[in-house]
Amino acid sequence: MKQLSIFLQNESGTLTSVLDILADAGIQLYAVSIADTSDYGICRLICDKPDEALAILRNAGHAVSQSDVRAIIIGDTPGAAAETIRIFAKEHLSLAYLYTFLYENKPVLVFRTDDKEKASDIILRHGLKSL
Amino acid sequence: MIWNKDKETMSRADMRALQGKRLHKLVEYVYHNVPFYRDKMQQADITPDDIRSIDDITLLPFTTKQDLRDNYPFGLQAAPASEIVRIHASSGTTGKPTIVGYSRRDIDVWSECMTRCLTAYGIGRDDIFSVAYGYGLFTGGLGVHYGVENLGASVVPTSTGNTEKHIRLITDLGISGIACTPSYALHLAETMEKMGVTKSDLKLRSGAFGAEPWTENMRKEIESRLGLKAYNLYGLSEIMGPCVSYECECQNGSHINEDHFFPEIIDPNTLEPLPYGTTGELVFTTLTKTGMPLLRYRTRDLCSITDEPCPCGRTNVRMSSIIGRSDDMLIIRGINVFPSQVESVLLSIPECAPYYRIVVDRVNNLDTITVQVEIRPEQFDGEVDTLNPIFELEKKVKSHLKSVLSISPIVQIKQPGSIERVDGKTKVVTDLRNIK
Repeated sequence: MKQLSIFLQNESGTLTSVLDILADAGIQLYAVSIADTSDYGICRLICDKPDEALAILRNAGHAVSQSDVRAIIIGDTPGAAAETIRIFAKEHLSLAYLYTFLYENKPVLVFRTDDKEKASDIILRHGLKSL
Repeated sequence: MIWNKDKETMSRADMRALQGKRLHKLVEYVYHNVPFYRDKMQQADITPDDIRSIDDITLLPFTTKQDLRDNYPFGLQAAPASEIVRIHASSGTTGKPTIVGYSRRDIDVWSECMTRCLTAYGIGRDDIFSVAYGYGLFTGGLGVHYGVENLGASVVPTSTGNTEKHIRLITDLGISGIACTPSYALHLAETMEKMGVTKSDLKLRSGAFGAEPWTENMRKEIESRLGLKAYNLYGLSEIMGPCVSYECECQNGSHINEDHFFPEIIDPNTLEPLPYGTTGELVFTTLTKTGMPLLRYRTRDLCSITDEPCPCGRTNVRMSSIIGRSDDMLIIRGINVFPSQVESVLLSIPECAPYYRIVVDRVNNLDTITVQVEIRPEQFDGEVDTLNPIFELEKKVKSHLKSVLSISPIVQIKQPGSIERVDGKTKVVTDLRNIK
């Protein structure tokens, strides 16, 4: 699944300006996740038209990157996320970051790992459902 | 091409003789027409007859920006109001603006000197030349404008402001030469790229840049983005305006129009003259001006001068690029820091865009210097989805700055486009210590 990452400085209005650009282009957001320090932020988002969104933001001068992340559908019950993450821990899969969102009313878990092959293998062996 | 072979390739001995003759005449003129100079000379027990050669210039008093303020507005004007045809006023960020009145002859000298500059930049009668310095009280716009007309090229008085319209004119008219500040040139390149105009759509081949300090790296960037050869143009309104010195095709220092503006380098602390090759404060005497002539005006610009022969054939002396201003110098925890040092470090780091800001503050009685610089958006062209490259860049900028400045700055990486672009002079330093 394609994810966009945008570098933002940690100041009021910077996120709004990015989201406004996407809204004006009629791009629908599925997930927005922010990681920040006192000075910097990185906004990761998933949307319906990632290629178009990348071109628009780049054209607006933003430092923006597209990368491949794994997204798996998890159960809609308490403990479903914990169960999945426990599998990753047992398999010693190290995660760079992780966040969740709802896609068509189904909970989705998004994560990035440097070991893509191992992730595919775990998903296959444990019968996890990719989005 | 050389516009005025007689003056620009004169032998050193002939030039010194001409300067001596002109200086004697100038001193006689100001002695009888400017009470400020007469008083100063009488206090020093000098008369115009003591000035017999250019070497005697060291007997004369200095003039400072403060003297101009103290004699605001017309106290240093030598010519009667009936002889003045134009008045410019400097931006004057601190206190009163500097008022400079020009006689018709001054305007002619200005145009002549500016034409020498343009000719050195390879501009000729067939060129269409855009003047994108601000027109008005600032000397940049009108100063270059008169030079282009005097040369016989076509001048397009674009001034600053409507950048998109300017770019359309550059492409549609086939404008081949341009004069503006280096920061405006980069703003132009940026706007051009946003509009989808590429440098192959342009006929620009020569540019004159000045009115603010710039570096070799900025030159390279302007040249590659606008597809032209970028030349330095130096001047200051107190002395005349743009035209005081100019680069030739060798681009190894700027030739001074020294038959009109006599340069000296002095030690800013002792005020003693320094020999050629030594860095110090640049001082000018306006040898031929009649409106508001100045004796030994302290520019506050720090540079060096050489009289080594230049391969271009011109014999007039060359000044190095300005390495700083004696009054822009920041003292941080007792260490002298020039904003130009910060700039040259930032421009040497390829991940940094040429937009930056310096903020000086005092926190718990300790001076802090914060350098904010934009990251180039291309740094995110690959698969970047964490802040790690930002932290690495911050560390790199910090260690480079520390090794040059000898103090450790706070570094903040800014997102592209977040540092304000100014049409004209960019204010890069904010010193919050003065406001408190």
